[in-house]
Order: sequence, then C-alpha cells, then structure tokens
Amino acid sequence: MTDLLSLQGLTKAYPGVVANDDVSFTIAEGEIHALLGENGAGKSTLVKMIYGLVKPDSGAMQLFGAPYAPPEPRAARTSGVAMVFQHFSLFEALTVAENVGLGMEDAPPMGQLSREIREVSHAYGLPLDPRRLVGDLSAGERQRVEIVRCLLQDPKLLIMDEPTSVLTPQEVEILFATLNKLKAEGTSILYISHKLEEIRALCDGATVLRRGKVVGSCDPREKSAAELAELMVGEALTPPERAPAAHGEVVLHVAGLTSEHVDAFGTKLQNVGFEIRAGEILGIGGVAGNGQDELLSALSGETIGPEETVRIRGEAVGHLPPNARRLRGMLTAPEERLGHAAAPDMSLTENGILSGWQRQDLTRAGFLRRGAARTFAEEIIEAFDVRTPGPHVAARALSGGNLQKFVIGREILQQPDILVVNQPTWGVDAAAAAAIRQALLDLASKGAAVLVISQDLDELMEVSDNFAALNAGHLSAPRPARGLTMEQIGLMLGGAHDMDVADPAEAHHIKEIYEEGHS
Amino acid sequence: MASFRLEKRPTPSQAWTWATPVLAVLLTMVAGGLMFAALGKNPFLAIKTIFYDPVLGEFAFYYRGQLLVKAGPLILIAIGLAMGFKAGIWNIGAEGQYIMGAIFGAGVGLAFYPTEAWYIFPLMVIAGAVGGLLWAMIPAILKVRFQTNEILVSLLLVYVAEQFLAAMSLGLLRNPEATGFPGSRNLQQFPAASNPELWAGTGIHFGVVAALIAVIFAYILLSRHLMGFHIQLAGQSPKAARFGGVNPTALVVFCMGLSGALAGLAGMFEVTGPAGQISINFNAGYGFTAIIVAFLGRLHPIGILLAGLLMALTYIGGEAAQATMQLPAAAIQAFQGMLLFFLLGVDVLSNYRIRLNREAAA
Repeated sequence: MTDLLSLQGLTKAYPGVVANDDVSFTIAEGEIHALLGENGAGKSTLVKMIYGLVKPDSGAMQLFGAPYAPPEPRAARTSGVAMVFQHFSLFEALTVAENVGLGMEDAPPMGQLSREIREVSHAYGLPLDPRRLVGDLSAGERQRVEIVRCLLQDPKLLIMDEPTSVLTPQEVEILFATLNKLKAEGTSILYISHKLEEIRALCDGATVLRRGKVVGSCDPREKSAAELAELMVGEALTPPERAPAAHGEVVLHVAGLTSEHVDAFGTKLQNVGFEIRAGEILGIGGVAGNGQDELLSALSGETIGPEETVRIRGEAVGHLPPNARRLRGMLTAPEERLGHAAAPDMSLTENGILSGWQRQDLTRAGFLRRGAARTFAEEIIEAFDVRTPGPHVAARALSGGNLQKFVIGREILQQPDILVVNQPTWGVDAAAAAAIRQALLDLASKGAAVLVISQDLDELMEVSDNFAALNAGHLSAPRPARGLTMEQIGLMLGGAHDMDVADPAEAHHIKEIYEEGHS
Repeated sequence: MASFRLEKRPTPSQAWTWATPVLAVLLTMVAGGLMFAALGKNPFLAIKTIFYDPVLGEFAFYYRGQLLVKAGPLILIAIGLAMGFKAGIWNIGAEGQYIMGAIFGAGVGLAFYPTEAWYIFPLMVIAGAVGGLLWAMIPAILKVRFQTNEILVSLLLVYVAEQFLAAMSLGLLRNPEATGFPGSRNLQQFPAASNPELWAGTGIHFGVVAALIAVIFAYILLSRHLMGFHIQLAGQSPKAARFGGVNPTALVVFCMGLSGALAGLAGMFEVTGPAGQISINFNAGYGFTAIIVAFLGRLHPIGILLAGLLMALTYIGGEAAQATMQLPAAAIQAFQGMLLFFLLGVDVLSNYRIRLNREAAA
C-alpha cells in the first residue's frame, strides 16, 4: 500500500497549552487508521489541521506525496479530504436533500441530487429518504446524512470524529459494514474514538496521542483493550468496584409520566414509569434525543406535571419546583454542563451556590454566606480532583471533563437520597470517567437511589443493577443488567418501538449483502 | 504581516472592568477636543468648560446644585432598570412609569389641598411608587401571561402615559385658580406636599437622598443577597437559572415592579421639587437617559452613581459651553454620543485581550 497522507512534525500551540507537539504519522491508501487519545490529548486540533480549519504553527503534510496545506475546509474537500463531525451541522427544518445540497460546493439540481442520495445511500447500506425532514430523523439517520454528504464528493480520506457515540449497537454494525466497504474500494479512513473494542474490531493501524504528543503507534488487532488503555492514559486503570448491598425500600417512584417536549424537535415522554430502591442504580440507555432531556427535566422539577407522577418515598412531588425537590433529597445533574448545569461566566463558588445553597446552608436570612460557599466549592475541587487554579475561576474556563467532575461532585457532596444524572461521563477522559463512575457506585452503596441516563452502554453495564431503554419517549420495563447481551440491549433500544432506528433484520441483511460481495 | 486579533479571556479582567470607563472619558476628551478644534473653538477651553467649570469654576456654586438635581432622578431610575437588565428583563418604559409616579404622587397631594399635615408627603411618596409600579405591571403581566415582548409594551405605554399627562394637566389636576392655563397647582407653594432643597445651594432634595439609598440597597442586594444572585443568574444563563430553582414569573414581576416603583418615585420627587407642578411637558426624558446611565455604569450600582453624575455633568457643562462659547447644541450632543460610543467600544477589553498576530510565512 502507498501512503495517502503523511504528517511530519505538526505543532500547534494555543496560549498556555501545546495542543499538538511534533506529531508525525502516515495513513496508507485503503487503511482505517485510528487516532486514539483521552479528551484534551489533541485529537480534535490534529484533525482540524488536516481538514483546514486550523493552521499548524510548524510542520508539513503530504497528500499523495504532494505538499498539502489547506487554507480552509473547502480546499481540503477539493483535495479529497472529507470529515464527519461528532456534532452534526444540519438544519432540522430542511429535508435531507436540501441539507446535503447546502453542504456541497456545486450542488446538482434537486431532482438529480435526490436520485444520487438514494443511490449512494443504498449502495453503502445507509438507506435514506431524501424527502424527509431532518428534524424527524433519529441520531443514527442524521449521521447517515452527514456521511452521504461526504460520499457524494468521492473522498480519498474520510475523517470520522467519535462516530458511534450516538448509535445503537445495530447501527454501529451497519456503520462498520459501510466503512469496510469504503476501505475495500481504496478510501482511507481516519477514525477518532476512545472506544477501544471498536478500534480493535475495525482499524488496521493506530496512533496514540497523549498531551499533544505521539506516544505510540501499533496494530490495534494485536493489542488488548487494556494495553491500549494504558498506552492512552499512561497508567493502568482500575475498573470500578462496588460492595454488594441489599436494596432497601422504594425511594423514587415514577408512574404515568407524559410530558410535552422541551424544544420543537424534542421528544414527548409517553407514559414513562419505573421505581428505584435505596442502594440501587438504574441505568437508562438510548440514543440521545429519545426523551432523555425531557425525563431529566421532569425529575428535576424544571418541568412540572400532575403531582402523582413523581413520588419521593411515597410523597407526591410531581407538581413541585426544583428547590422543593432538592429539599426532599432528590438532586439532578443535567447533560449540558455549560449553560444548564453551570452558568458559564460565574465562578465555581457561585456555581456551587446555584444548586447547593439550600442543602449546604449557604444563606442566612436570604443573605449569601460567601465564605461557606467558597469552602463548599473547594471541597468539590478537592474531592473530585477538579483541575483549576481555584474556586474564583469562571466555569467556562474549565475543560469539559473538569467541569463535569465539578458538576457531578457538587450534587454528590450534598449527600442526596436520590441522584439523577444525564450523560455523566460524556466527553470526559478515561481516568476521570472511572472516578465519576466509582463515585456513583459509592453513593449507591451508602444507600442512595441512583438513576444514570447514558448513551454509553459499556458504562451502563458497568454501574447498573437494572437496565431500561428509552426510545422515542417510551421506557422499556427495567431488567436486571447482569447477563444482558448486546443483542438483547439492542432490541430494547431500537427494535421494540420505532422502525426508524435501525432494526436488527435490516442490519443483518446489510451485513449479509456485504459479506456475499466481499468474501 | 502583522495584524490584530481579539482573544477571549478565560475570566473577565477585573482591572479592565474599572479602567475602561476612565479610558473612555479620556478618549472622548481627545476626539471631542479634535471636533471642537475643527469647529474653530479652543478645545482645551471647551473641555474645561464642560468638565471643570461646573464643579470647581467661578460660577460652580450655581452649577453644583444643578448637578445633583439632574443626577438624582437619573440614578434612581437607572438603579431600577439595571436590576431588570441584569436579569434579561428589558423595561424601556421608565419614562412612562416616571410620569405615572408624578401624577399619582401629585394627585394624592392635591387631594388634600389645602390641609397641612405631616402624613401627606409620606402618602405621596407611597402613591408615587405605586403609580410607577402599577404602570410597569402592565407589560410584566402581559409578558408572564401571554409572552408579549416587554420592550415593545413598556415603550408604547410611554406614549399612553404622555397622553394621560396632557389630559390630567388640562382636566382633573388643572389648577382651578389659573384661569385656563394648563398645569396643576404649584406644589412648592403647598408646604405639606413639597419636596424642598434640604440644604440651600446643594441641590439635595429627598429624591437625591432616595437615589443614594437605592444605590446602597441595590449594591447589597446584588452582591450579598440570594435574590441578587438569582437576578444575575437569570440574565447570564436562563436555563441554569431554571435548574437552580429561579421562578421566571416571579423574577419578571419583581424586576419590572422594582424598576417601575423607583421610576415612579423619581417622578414624584421631581414634580414636588424641582418641577413644582404637573404640566403637559413635565417629563424631560430622564426615563430614557437613565437607560444610557445604567449601561454607562455597566449595571453596577456604584458605576451607576458615577455615570449619573458624569451624565449630569455633560448636560450642565454642555449647556454652559453653549452659552459661554457659542458651541452649537449638536456638537454637545455629538460629544455625549462619543462618550457612549467609546465606552461600549473599549468595553471589549474586559472580556477580550488584543494580540498582535504575526502570520507565519505560508
């Protein structure tokens, strides 16, 4: 195989941090190359340089042996480099075809474009109806739109940033089939992920970044996941442990919860019900956008409803606002850290007051006890290893992972009887994620009821006693997490209610077609 | 090739937050001086006439009193507005609430005419605050119940209040002894209902005292009290405020009510003091100028105190410069405009830093 892209000594510094330091590696034609690293290791900066969004301070790149220095993404696309971002840039109120057309340099007429979308999407096993509104699509289907948009431009190198974070297991299978097909046709793929098992299953080569530097490259098929993790983190990780404990009485009881959507393309909760006992962790899985935000909002009290829908130790609280629920021992941590769980421009001390002023006794006759508030913030920083100069720093100055530790720590240190967290380790590096999961397990073993809403199935399997799936606003009946297979989870997540999310038959069908064609 | 780039500071710079207003005043003096020079006037004399003479010049004894008379209502109204602005609630109709406060206050006083009793003035103070508050409740309740835009409703109600003022001047509150002239009795000649200068020559009346109390009250509320914390939280991050348990409805009612009541008080103190009577053209734009004062003082109570004094100074100094140097009124207005322009312009420095950018040879 010949080299498609080679990087030599790429360096990029931002004030106070060297994002990439002398990074060199090569991607061969038809190779699926993994870029591995924790959050903040410099993966995003590196691919932004390849895609022309960021200019390197020094170093050089060659594409097909010729010097390559794209001044902007358009130049990168013209050279055959395409990218699928982790966060989609789609207009929900427009159709699939219109969205694809908007992202193209010289889009063909709409009729022809629709035909091409249909052909390409079917050829690669990613069926899409070009006439549908993007707002009505599942996260997996939205990703297909982004991928098809790239494929229509016939790329030589496809960059994919954390593509499976929003997919069900079946959808992951479909995606991998597509990527393997592209590889067989000679397209190279730069695959960014921190999911080690995926990388071992999919990739031919891997480059590991830590603190901006290349710390190793290997063939991931020859390494174990633990070895890769050690390479990535620089130390051996201890998986979370928990002391087995008998579950107590029912603490949180939810029944008949039906809510309006939070925003225009949000999802309505449909008659959601479950209960959690003291000491139990219930994991709710599902692809984002299936009612997770609505569920958290209904539990936190940001949206209120009939009083009987939510009960804390038998007391009906469905009609009570957030502070009244906090006083009764139920605390929540929303998914969106900046702007929801924390106010970006306020200091950590003030963000501690935000949800902690009642239970931590941070006011006296309505006046703030600044000293006590600072102490509370310092306790969180200390206990959860939040890396920051001090509690006076504005929340927006913290990295995502550090702020997440602060937000989760803020709720846990208030010693809740019930804790509800949404995506507790989203965008958090492996070491911090392990610490957060351990903290959740510790909280439960002290007798709290914990509800973990997450897209990360490995995480849910690691911490949950019981598992339920949220799909299109419906919650499946909780089942014991131990012994559940990925197949069963996939059925709970995707197959049960909604045909738009990939159904397993379709996945198998596509897999068969692919295997027939290439074996 | 070198170029400039703005880089967001991780945490807003405290030093620049306080230095930018000073820098803005200095830049205004330089640019204004150039403008005065272009008009053929001595720029140094003009700047001195505007900024120095009213405070320390030969005739300062006259101007100094004027300074507080003008600054008092500006500060009182701006303090109330700033509370709402901090919470993201935009009361633009302080002028109307100011008018309604004056009418309510004067109306209660005139109802007692000619009784002399100690309780009349306190009742008028309460009536003035209630008048402004009720007028502000119209946009507040419409916003809470029907999601109307408080900016439009409060602004349009200014013009309704002006019509009401004219009707009152010509009708119900007209001085029955004035043989047909519009306007109410002169409250300065009704001791139980008047708001006199407390110390001769200082310009200090009850309204100025109220403004100072409002500054202290607002400072404590914003920096020490949970309510002030929630106000700032709601303005910076509405979703985080909801999560933090802030009730948006209560906040709208509180902020609109407070700003309306303070504007009403300002109107009431003005009509019983410096203005003396309800008349068709009683209002002089304090309610609108106070919006500028609130932002000039960057919504901080102490900043508003200083900004109110500075704004009053440019008005009085500007009038003096028109009278003694024959500077055109438009030049003075342009000068005041420059002040706001530079203030907002250099404001960027407290959140961003300037970096010199040297492009690597491509």
